[in-house]
Amino acid sequence: MPSQTIEGSGIKMHLETKLVQTGVGKEETTGAINFPVYYATAYRHPGIGESTGFDYTRTGNPTRAVLEEAIAAAESGDSGFACASGMAAIHTTMGLFSQRDHIIVSLDLYGGTYRLFEQVLTRYGLWFTYADLRDTEAVRAAIRPETKAIFVETPTNPLMQITDLREVAQLAKEHGLLTIVDNTFMTPYFQRPLELGADIVLHSGTKYLGGHNDVLAGLIVTKGSELSEKVKFLHNTIGAVLGPQDSWLLLRGLKTLALRMERHQSNAFAVAKQLLGHPAVSEVFYPGLPEHPGHQTHSSQASGFSGMVSFRVRSADQVPVFLQNLKLISFAESLGGVESLCTYPATQTHADIPQEIREYVGVCDRLLRLSVGIEHPDDLAADVTQALDASLVTGGQLR
Amino acid sequence: MNFATKALHGVSCFDPVTGASSVPIYQASTFHQADLDAPGLYDYARSGNPTRHALEEAIAVLEGGTRGFAFASGMAAISSVFMLFSAGDHIVVAEDVYGGTFRFLTQVLSRMGIEVTFVDTTCTHAVENAIKPGTKGIYLETPSNPTLKVTDLAAVCRIAKKHDLLVMVDNTFMTPYYQKPLELGADVVIHSATKFIGGHSDVIAGLAVTKDEALGKQLYFIQNGMGAILGAQDSWLVMRGLKTLKARLDVSSRSAETIAQWLSQHPAVSRVYYTGLCTHAGHDVQTSQASGHGAVLSFDVGSRERAKAVFDRVKLPIVAVSLGAVETILSYPAAMSHAAMPPEERKKRGITDGLIRLSAGLEDTEDLLQDLAQALDSLHELRIPDDKKTFSRV
Ligand SMILES: Cc1ncc(COP(=O)(O)O)c(C=O)c1O
Ligand SMILES: Cc1ncc(COP(=O)(O)O)c(C=O)c1O
Repeated sequence: MPSQTIEGSGIKMHLETKLVQTGVGKEETTGAINFPVYYATAYRHPGIGESTGFDYTRTGNPTRAVLEEAIAAAESGDSGFACASGMAAIHTTMGLFSQRDHIIVSLDLYGGTYRLFEQVLTRYGLWFTYADLRDTEAVRAAIRPETKAIFVETPTNPLMQITDLREVAQLAKEHGLLTIVDNTFMTPYFQRPLELGADIVLHSGTKYLGGHNDVLAGLIVTKGSELSEKVKFLHNTIGAVLGPQDSWLLLRGLKTLALRMERHQSNAFAVAKQLLGHPAVSEVFYPGLPEHPGHQTHSSQASGFSGMVSFRVRSADQVPVFLQNLKLISFAESLGGVESLCTYPATQTHADIPQEIREYVGVCDRLLRLSVGIEHPDDLAADVTQALDASLVTGGQLR
Repeated sequence: MNFATKALHGVSCFDPVTGASSVPIYQASTFHQADLDAPGLYDYARSGNPTRHALEEAIAVLEGGTRGFAFASGMAAISSVFMLFSAGDHIVVAEDVYGGTFRFLTQVLSRMGIEVTFVDTTCTHAVENAIKPGTKGIYLETPSNPTLKVTDLAAVCRIAKKHDLLVMVDNTFMTPYYQKPLELGADVVIHSATKFIGGHSDVIAGLAVTKDEALGKQLYFIQNGMGAILGAQDSWLVMRGLKTLKARLDVSSRSAETIAQWLSQHPAVSRVYYTGLCTHAGHDVQTSQASGHGAVLSFDVGSRERAKAVFDRVKLPIVAVSLGAVETILSYPAAMSHAAMPPEERKKRGITDGLIRLSAGLEDTEDLLQDLAQALDSLHELRIPDDKKTFSRV
């Protein structure tokens, strides 16, 4: 995969190199290659009005700072902020807005984001219009005098719909709106929205960035000093910060991001092909497939397709049988880890979206989402195939 | 069970699977589901993690509530609890709340259409007078930071019941060892567990406990929905701190009392704030609602210049933002914990430029006194500009 070179300490480095070298050379006392975990919450002040640069860990922690710098550099942003979870990152960012502000949001969207918007933030007078962001004209039509931002997921979770980031960011600029992109599915390894005109990038670091299904984390990357200062204020004030041990685990994850993403992607292609050819499957959603409607747009703005594949089986009664028969792939709610997971959006990740909206968007009860891990592709293909076979026998007759 | 025993043997103090003497750190973000129709106890770590859960149960038991919640910081706990309210609601807040709480209320929540009135909650009438038709809650901190003003919790809770208001209490300074607001009528207790509960200046954490299950459900929804949760490793560190909470507080509070008494006799000090001094205005109320006075005291040396001289000369205490640790910590509220508050608001609350806050640690009291003595004795070269010598008559 081609990686753009980015500036780092005077030398041009590929993103892979930069990621692997995260934190190296930052620990000057001992030269430790891996940056230490600073558990301290308080920092001794040399005197009144003097500071070492660190005062109190909620405001700034050395381990967290290395992570924050690394993600900012990887996303080509100016400042990074590590939060307790992806939702904490989204919630903190929404603190930028005030009562009566209006935000345009991807119609297909992670269920937790929808829940936060509809069940928490609307109580504070923020309001949201969910639009099909694949259609720039629909976005334009949704803009109101009160609109302050466009919140984009691309590819969307779980239907893998593609938004043209350059076009939407351009439209946002024309109207003085912020473009906020949840880049969880792609990671900066494949897609860097800030380079395409976005203002803020968000991550559930729990997913590919952490990469090992072992840490909950969120990240925010901002562009420009004014926005960075505002988010810095909110990060410290709301206080949903990431602990030092978890920051360190995320740093550890970043070092292998490039390797993992390449493998996730090649495995995803293998699994998608297997699914396409199986009689139990009616549709496959993977932006890497040339027949995917967003394939071209996606290819123009990202350098890869990542490891998330959704698909529909032919009937809902196949679902439990399929899940019960998976032997290698765990039925669990998450994604982006080295282990393959299968999720049933209707009852898990998207359970908080009302059924009629879910169905309208296409997150129906026949939809399954695979987070393809880094196991051997043949083993994954075999597991999916035998579970699909079983779903045809006991789940509902061949139809 | 007495507190010390409860803190060690209350709930979840060992691992049910292996019998291990402490709950393992479940560094897992997600949990395999064996059956689509029978979801397991844990599915996704933002919604629930066994290590965090053990801590949440422990604090709920100690505070005498039904449900506990662990957050990424004290501020995360506070900002999450305030999400129980909606635009148009009005909340009465103690005027000298922690500076970070003040900042959140005035610069974030106010933009979300929530109105706040700051009142001197030590005056019960002032609380009642501030209540109006849209009022939904009362938020208290007692003793307050840094001048240790005492609010009568039972009296305020009675007013709240009459008006059907939610009472939230930041119990950071006291911990459930000394004070249990839920038993006095409050609905939610909040902690910066970064302080005494963690106790070692090595973890940032927040806790909340609700009295009843219905409120617990609402707060759970917010904890999971906003996601400002505490990580597994940090949850384990807080639990480790809890085990020694009583032993630490016994030592630190005894030390604080000795230091407060000693300071109030020192000529270089114009004022001492500590609820354990019988001259303190809140002494009686404090004695009636809490079983101790805690480890934090403040004292005024008269001016910024003199305060700076003290900070420059002390050798033992850490000069830092924070409190409630094994190490004695000196801080300068005007420029640290209350820097977010405008100067005129600070002045109203007695947070002068000469005010120093001391959080007593576990060092030998004599050593601390000696260190303070050498720093304060050197101050006679610097005149006290404000020579009103009054002791704690606030
Ligand atoms: C696209 C996306 N954004 C945000 C989140 C929320 O992140 P977290 O679970 O770390 O809070 C998730 C997953 O849960 C997600 O898939
Ligand atoms: C009384 C009180 N409440 C809340 C907080 C905020 O807690 P944290 O720093 O853990 O976010 C603090 C200290 O910072 C405090 O002293």
